[in-house]
Amino acid sequence: MTPALSLRGVGVSIKGARLLEDVDLDLQPGEWVSIVGPNGAGKSTLLRSIAGVLASTGSIEIAGQSTAGLNARARAKLISWVPQSPIVPPGIAVFDYVLLGRTPHLHPLAREGREDRAIVSDVLEELDLVHIAERMVDTLSGGELQRAVIGRALAQQAPIILLDEPTSALDLGHQQEVLALLERLRQSGERSIITTMHDLTLAGAFADRLVMLACGEVAVVGPAVDVLTEEHLLTYYGARVRVSHAHGHVMVTPRIDAGRRPAEKEPT
Amino acid sequence: MNVRPVGCRPSWLIGGALFVLACSAVVLLIGQADIPRGAVLVEALDRLTPGTIESGLSPVQKSIVWSLRMPRIALGLLVGAALATAGATFQGVFRNPLADPYLLGVAAGGGFGATIAFVNDWGDGRGFFDGVQLAAFVGALASVALTWVMGFVGTRRSGATTLILAGVAVASFFTALQTYLQQRNTEDIRQIYVWFLGGLTTEGWGEALLALPLTVLCIGALALSGRTLDVLTVGDDEARMLGLSVGWTRLILVVIASLLTATAVAVSGLISFVGLIVPHTVRLLFGSSYRVVVPMSIIFGAGFLVLCDLAARTIGTASEIPIGVVTAFFGAPFFVMILRTTASR
Repeated sequence: MTPALSLRGVGVSIKGARLLEDVDLDLQPGEWVSIVGPNGAGKSTLLRSIAGVLASTGSIEIAGQSTAGLNARARAKLISWVPQSPIVPPGIAVFDYVLLGRTPHLHPLAREGREDRAIVSDVLEELDLVHIAERMVDTLSGGELQRAVIGRALAQQAPIILLDEPTSALDLGHQQEVLALLERLRQSGERSIITTMHDLTLAGAFADRLVMLACGEVAVVGPAVDVLTEEHLLTYYGARVRVSHAHGHVMVTPRIDAGRRPAEKEPT
Repeated sequence: MNVRPVGCRPSWLIGGALFVLACSAVVLLIGQADIPRGAVLVEALDRLTPGTIESGLSPVQKSIVWSLRMPRIALGLLVGAALATAGATFQGVFRNPLADPYLLGVAAGGGFGATIAFVNDWGDGRGFFDGVQLAAFVGALASVALTWVMGFVGTRRSGATTLILAGVAVASFFTALQTYLQQRNTEDIRQIYVWFLGGLTTEGWGEALLALPLTVLCIGALALSGRTLDVLTVGDDEARMLGLSVGWTRLILVVIASLLTATAVAVSGLISFVGLIVPHTVRLLFGSSYRVVVPMSIIFGAGFLVLCDLAARTIGTASEIPIGVVTAFFGAPFFVMILRTTASR
C-alpha cells in the first residue's frame, strides 16, 4: 500500500544551525503517529517542514506524489495544519472561521457556495460547535477554540492532518476530549494524523506509533511499549521516570526522589 | 442546522445605499447661492426624465446645480469611497488597525510630486488632468514602489512589519525633500498648503471624470477580495497553510489599494482620517469580517465625505474650511462616541 505520507532524508537548517537531520518516516492511511521528544529536539520543526511552512531538504511525498513543486493551494488540499498557538482574529464568528478552511477549494475571487457552507455545517455538528456557531472566536474558551481550529482544518478535507501540541493549552478533561475527537475522526474518515505531544502517557495512549526525536534526529520509532522505556527517557530526556503498564497503556510517572540529570544527548 | 448565510446582508447594503442617496440629495439642496430647494429637487427629477417637468430655475441657477454642486458631490462620493476602501484593505493586508491609506508613504510621495509641480507651475491641480494631478499620482505610486523594494532588502519574505517600517522611512525621506523644496520656493507655499489640506473644490466634472474609471475598477476588485482579506487575518503562516499565496496576494492588494489612494490624492489632495475611521466605525457597527467591512466602507466612506464637504462649505462664513480639517474635527469625536457606545457589547 502506498503510504499516505512518506519522508526521506528530511532536514532543516536555519542560518547554518541544523535543526533537523535525515528524518525518514512513513505514515499509513488512517494511521496516527505522535512525535515526542525533549524541548528543542525538533518536534515542531519537523511538523512545520511537513506542513511546508519551513523550507526543508530531502523528499516529502503525499500518496506517492512529491510535494516539492506544489503551490500553496494544491498543498492545502492535501495537508491541513493546526498550529500550537493559532492567531485568533478579532470579531470573526466561529462559522466564518471554520469556513476559511474552504480556501484551497475556491478561486481567489469566488464566494463560498452552498456546498461549502453545508460542509462547514457538518463539521460544526461533528465537533459539537453548532451552539456557538455565531460566537466570536476571540471570546471562546481554550477548549472551544481548539475545536474551532480543528474544525477549520477538517473543512479543508485534506487526507492528512498535522496538529502541533493540540493538548498543551488544555486541562486534563479537555485534553481527553480533543484526543478522543481526533480518534473518532480518524476512524470515521480515513484521515491520517500526526501530532506533536509533550505528555508521553497521553501520546502513548492514543497514537499508533511514536517517533522520538532527540537533537534533530529520529532516536526511536515504534509502538508506545517499545519507545517509552525508562532507559530511553533517561538517555534522551535525562529524566528518571518509572514506566508502568496498566490496562494496555504505558504510564510514565516521574520519580520524586531523583532530580533531572543532563541527557546523554543534549541539543547544542 | 440551517446553512448559514455569510457576508453582507442585502438589507445593510440597501439601507446604506439609501443613506448615501439621502445625504447626496440634502447636500445638493444646500449652498452659497440662494436657490429654491423645491425647485432643485424638481430640476433633479427633470434630468432623470428629460423634458417632462419644468423646474423654473434660471440658466445660471441650473448651471450652479449641474456644474458646481453635482460634480462636487460626485467627486466626494468617489474620493470618500476610495479612501475608506483603501484604508480597510491596508488594515487587512497588514493586520494592523492603525494602518491607513497613507501607510506606505503615499501622502509624502504625492505631496512631494505636487510640490514639484506647483513650484514649476505645471498647473493648479484642478480640472480634467493637469501637471499637479499627474505629479501627485506618480509621486504617490513611486513612494509605494520604493517602500516595497526597501521592505524586501535583506529579508526573504515580505514581512508586514518590515514593510510598515520601510513606509515610515520612505515617508520621512519624501517629507524632507518636499519641505526643502517648499523652503526654497516660499512664494508657492500658500498654494501648496491649501492643496495639502485637501479639497473637493471644482468648477465642473473634470476631476470626477478623471477619477471615475480607475476608482470604480479598483473598488470593484477590492469588493471581491473580502474573503481573501479574511484569510489574511489568521497570519501569514496559517494563511499559507490554508492555500493562499500570501506574498502575491499582499502585493496585488497593495497595488490596487495604492492606485486607489493615488487617484484620490491626485484629484483632492491629502484628506486625512477617512481611511482610518470609516472602516473602524463599520467594524464596530456591522462586524469585523472583511466581506462586510469592505462593501460597507465603500458606502459609508462615500456618505461620510459628502457630509464633511457640506460642513466644509457651509460652516465658515467668509471662506470654505479645508475638508481635511472637517474630517478630523468631526471624525475624531464621532469615532470616540462609537467606541464608547459599542465597547460594552
